[in-house]
Amino acid sequence: MTSPIRNPKDFWTGIIYIVFGTAAIIIARDYGMGSALKMGPAYFPMVLSVMLILIGVASLVRSFIRPGSPISRYAFKGLLLVTASTVLFGLVVRGAGLVIALPLLVIISSYASHQFRWKYSLAMAAGLTVFCILIFLKGLGVPLPMLGSWFGR
Amino acid sequence: MELLANLGLGFSTALTPGNLLYCLAGVFLGTLIGVLPGLGPTATIAMLLPITFTLPPISALIMLAGIYYGSQYGGSTTSILINVPGEAASVVTTLDGYQMARQGRAGVALATSAIASFFAGTVATLLLALFAPPLAEFALKFGPADYFSLMVLGLLASVVLAQGSLLHAIGMVVLGLLLGLVGTDVNSGAQRFTFGMPQLADGIGFVVVAMGMFGLAEIIRNLEREGDRTSAVTRITSLMPTKEDWKRMVGPILRGTAIGSALGILPGSGSILGSFAAYSIEKKVSKHSAEFGKGAIEGVAAPESANNAGAQTSFIPMLTLGIPSNPVMALMVGAMIIQGIQPGPSVMVEQPALFWGIIVSMWIGNLFLIILNLPMIGMWVRIVMVPYQHLFPAILVFCTIGVFSLKNTEFDIYFMALFGVLGYVFTKLDCEPAPMLLAFILGPMMEEYLRRALLLSRGDPMVFLRRPISATLLALGVLAIIAASIPSLYKKREEAFRGD
Repeated sequence: MTSPIRNPKDFWTGIIYIVFGTAAIIIARDYGMGSALKMGPAYFPMVLSVMLILIGVASLVRSFIRPGSPISRYAFKGLLLVTASTVLFGLVVRGAGLVIALPLLVIISSYASHQFRWKYSLAMAAGLTVFCILIFLKGLGVPLPMLGSWFGR
Repeated sequence: MELLANLGLGFSTALTPGNLLYCLAGVFLGTLIGVLPGLGPTATIAMLLPITFTLPPISALIMLAGIYYGSQYGGSTTSILINVPGEAASVVTTLDGYQMARQGRAGVALATSAIASFFAGTVATLLLALFAPPLAEFALKFGPADYFSLMVLGLLASVVLAQGSLLHAIGMVVLGLLLGLVGTDVNSGAQRFTFGMPQLADGIGFVVVAMGMFGLAEIIRNLEREGDRTSAVTRITSLMPTKEDWKRMVGPILRGTAIGSALGILPGSGSILGSFAAYSIEKKVSKHSAEFGKGAIEGVAAPESANNAGAQTSFIPMLTLGIPSNPVMALMVGAMIIQGIQPGPSVMVEQPALFWGIIVSMWIGNLFLIILNLPMIGMWVRIVMVPYQHLFPAILVFCTIGVFSLKNTEFDIYFMALFGVLGYVFTKLDCEPAPMLLAFILGPMMEEYLRRALLLSRGDPMVFLRRPISATLLALGVLAIIAASIPSLYKKREEAFRGD
């Protein structure tokens, strides 16, 4: 424990706030400030960005002064599998259709659990696919294909 | 009796067979999704919102109100049975509710929760009907500066009520306001923070953010502590509270209702403050205070009634001022706007049938809740008992298809994933997402009111202090922040969140 950072949560929150605030200022610099009387599109964002940076700096400074508890371990496996399966669903749903995209989403995401079993996962995938096609496609008319354009439709 | 005439109008609107059915369906679906562990009202409503798009406005809002109460009851159910509160407001219910369940009195705890909720809901609906008209009239006096200050107060209150560091919460609010500005600026037509993407021209969808931060992030967080979950019961034996139970719950329910109703009106609070306050007051005044935390029935009755009363009265600022006081109300505002209704003081005058229909349907929703849920407790228990590894893929599927169906674009799915990651990282850093979400929806409104206020005052920012309403609201906000940062009180706040 030689790190000068006494509160890692404060430290990283500060960094995130400063990054977001700075990025917003850089992006908004050409929007036109206007004046208090006639606020331009950049006025409010600029005020907010400066506030965010100040809060970030305060949090950063505090992280060296006031001790705090360490950040608990990240669940990288869950984080990765849950987001990746969601994004993958978006990528393939139109091309492959629900019949393929849904089982992919279910099986990949359920792999994030310690208690993953192929048997259950496949059953879940089948059940949920049928359920969703009945409810969302047939029932609510969500415009998603059962079989997508990759199958020559 | 204007009140009776108004309520009569409301009943005639809400009591059509179609609307009753929507209300019933809303309560059922709300409870069904709400009992899934980790899904609170915000995520539940966000998930079910698309179903209501095709309905006529009044039916859609009636169904949403039903979903809200259903999901809240679902949250209480998971609190009692498996010690997993769906949202902050039901955290206190876990303290004694779970203990009651461990002593084999889960059924009684669930029944107490339903009875307390129903009573509180009835009283709060009447209060809402009584106070909404004069408040709407008062709201007509509000100028842009006053609206701006009211939103500041709401955001500061949500900061005070957030868990963890005040500084982080204020930052989350500012970040939320900024994110809310993404899209086309209504005044200049300028595209802001859109990175040239046409999908962002209308801004980031509120539901997308809510599902990401409350749905996806929650799944990831739950996977982290997988296996910790221990259920206290496998079967519900007896529902009926004993004579002694009845005697002990009357006082707490009455006090809880009063506290919850009063605190629910405050902007930024909703039902959270009420349930915490009701619990701690009950603990002080109760003859059985030694039993608190060990399964005291008062510890379920008081926060559950306060919770529901607050949920009801938090509709008051939304319906009369058009200002959402918490993320759930923000979703309601979003739903109203989608239906072509601009919430605000004029709704009551221009669309009385809609206004009173909603109020009456709240009570009907509460009635259905008790009729539907007491007989169906067995089924809810079985759903709660499904192991999480089977549940979360289903939750993920519903979130994903739900968010797609909002605008029929995959783009929203990617954004939901992004906000899921963001939400997870933020909770790791003790930055609570609720204030950010509220700020997110208030962002564009605040900018607009700030612009108008400054235009009227010729650019003089002192206008916020000169107008009495505005100055009072700002002073209240500053007081709340000061109170929360005084060390001794700060400690109390920490304790309250840790549930004593």
